[in-house]
Amino acid sequence: MIFKYHQPPPSEITPPGVYLDRRRWIAAATASLAFAGAGDAAEAPPLAKLAAKRNARYSVAETTTAYEDITSYNNFYEFGTGKGDPQRNAATLRTRPWSVTIAGEAETRGSFTLEDILKPHALEERVYRLRCVERWSMVIPWVGFPLGDLLRRFKPTADAKFVAFRTLHDPRQMPGQSAGWLEWPYVEGLRIDEAMHPLALLAVGLYGRVLPNQNGAPLRLVVPWKYGFKSIKSIVGITFTRTMPPTSWNIAAPREYGFYANVNPAVAHPRWSQATERRIGAGLFDATRPTEPFNGYAAEVAGLYRGMDLRRLF
Amino acid sequence: MRVEQRYRYVWKPLVFIAALLPALSMLAGVFGIAGQRLGADPVEELLLTCGKTALNLLLLTLAVTPLARIAHRPQLLRLRRMLGLFAFAYAALHFAVYLALDRAFDASMVVEDITRRPYITIGFTALLLLLPLAATSTQRMMRRLGRRWQHLHRLVYLIAILGVWHYYWQVKRDVTEPLVYAGILAVLLGWRVWQRRGARVRAAATSTYGSATAPGRT
Repeated sequence: MIFKYHQPPPSEITPPGVYLDRRRWIAAATASLAFAGAGDAAEAPPLAKLAAKRNARYSVAETTTAYEDITSYNNFYEFGTGKGDPQRNAATLRTRPWSVTIAGEAETRGSFTLEDILKPHALEERVYRLRCVERWSMVIPWVGFPLGDLLRRFKPTADAKFVAFRTLHDPRQMPGQSAGWLEWPYVEGLRIDEAMHPLALLAVGLYGRVLPNQNGAPLRLVVPWKYGFKSIKSIVGITFTRTMPPTSWNIAAPREYGFYANVNPAVAHPRWSQATERRIGAGLFDATRPTEPFNGYAAEVAGLYRGMDLRRLF
Repeated sequence: MRVEQRYRYVWKPLVFIAALLPALSMLAGVFGIAGQRLGADPVEELLLTCGKTALNLLLLTLAVTPLARIAHRPQLLRLRRMLGLFAFAYAALHFAVYLALDRAFDASMVVEDITRRPYITIGFTALLLLLPLAATSTQRMMRRLGRRWQHLHRLVYLIAILGVWHYYWQVKRDVTEPLVYAGILAVLLGWRVWQRRGARVRAAATSTYGSATAPGRT
């Protein structure tokens, strides 16, 4: 196995309630450090460890991207449009208390605390590829649990054909929301069968630790066969819908970003080719590699799209 | 020191070194010298640095004439050729990084990019148009081409427009920076239009600057 991650002993593992409290302390400490001009988020104390066993069935055997790159090179416009902006600006996000509203075509609806959301689920680690629509890619050891396991708890009705997700909207915590590059809040969606697919993951951590704010803390989606913008961050709302929900990048540029957004080397973005990608951390001379259909997950997910014209439904 | 010497031994070497700095900083980043890093996506970083430096120098080249005129320092024109040639060098390096590191010399990909991705088409066009300008930048070519030299080198206006457009078109969403470039370019080109109109109004004014703005007096 290429990825070496040592399993922490139980004594080192922090219960979620404690780590979430600690996160708040970390955020405060980071903010005061930044205020004193003494440093940035990179110097904050390490985030709490999470107990999670590697799920080998859903992990790729590729070199994982360095933690520093995963946490310093982000698209999270809520904190600015530069790749380094989220790391610099995300300390203002308060991830506790946090609640998620469940609505729409389901028997169980309402507002749930993050603890309620997480409680029944055993966390696991999955090493997934992440392919950004901008032609760069990473390999990330996420910690999380299958999205479908959560969705089933709310007993979606037969009318639940799609699932819509919503990011927090609070410009005081998310300063980038003062700019109008996208409509806020950020929204995303999946067809119900996509959402129930075992590869669709809700992540709460990476590299065995709690998610840093800039990576979408405290709860984010990871859909590894789709372009990264589908994997919505800092989720506060999940709604089961009858019809296809609006999605942020599709609203912003419908010609360029479709609802499905499956990774597809054969369908170019209107402005650039998607045939290749640059692997972050692979160095200067070996960075470029071919992009695979469905980001290498075709065997698992191609069946979801049988009979669909993926050129048109990009 | 006479103006001639000051430019030859002080200003030109200084501008030469300043124009080399972005290249040196990239080189330091490639080899990790002096704590320089190219970041998570080094190819993108090199592409952006080369491209933006080329644009910066191109706009600076276009700023020389207005500055010389407004500040009454025609000698500034002696720096223009060097700035223009550096702009060309960084644009060529930008293309080389794209070709070798981003596209790994995949000829069919490059052809597809140039023919089917409009922002690459116009960027490549701008680079091609820079070639004859760089090739005719010597004193000898200037003398040989005479008046046609000036006509040829007016291509730089088109090249600058294509270059800024190329940048604007490849940005995903936040177009602030390309718009700043576009604004500066608009001022530089607008000044020229305004000057020409003024000149036409003064019909017979064959100003001394008419010859001072002739390029490449070194």
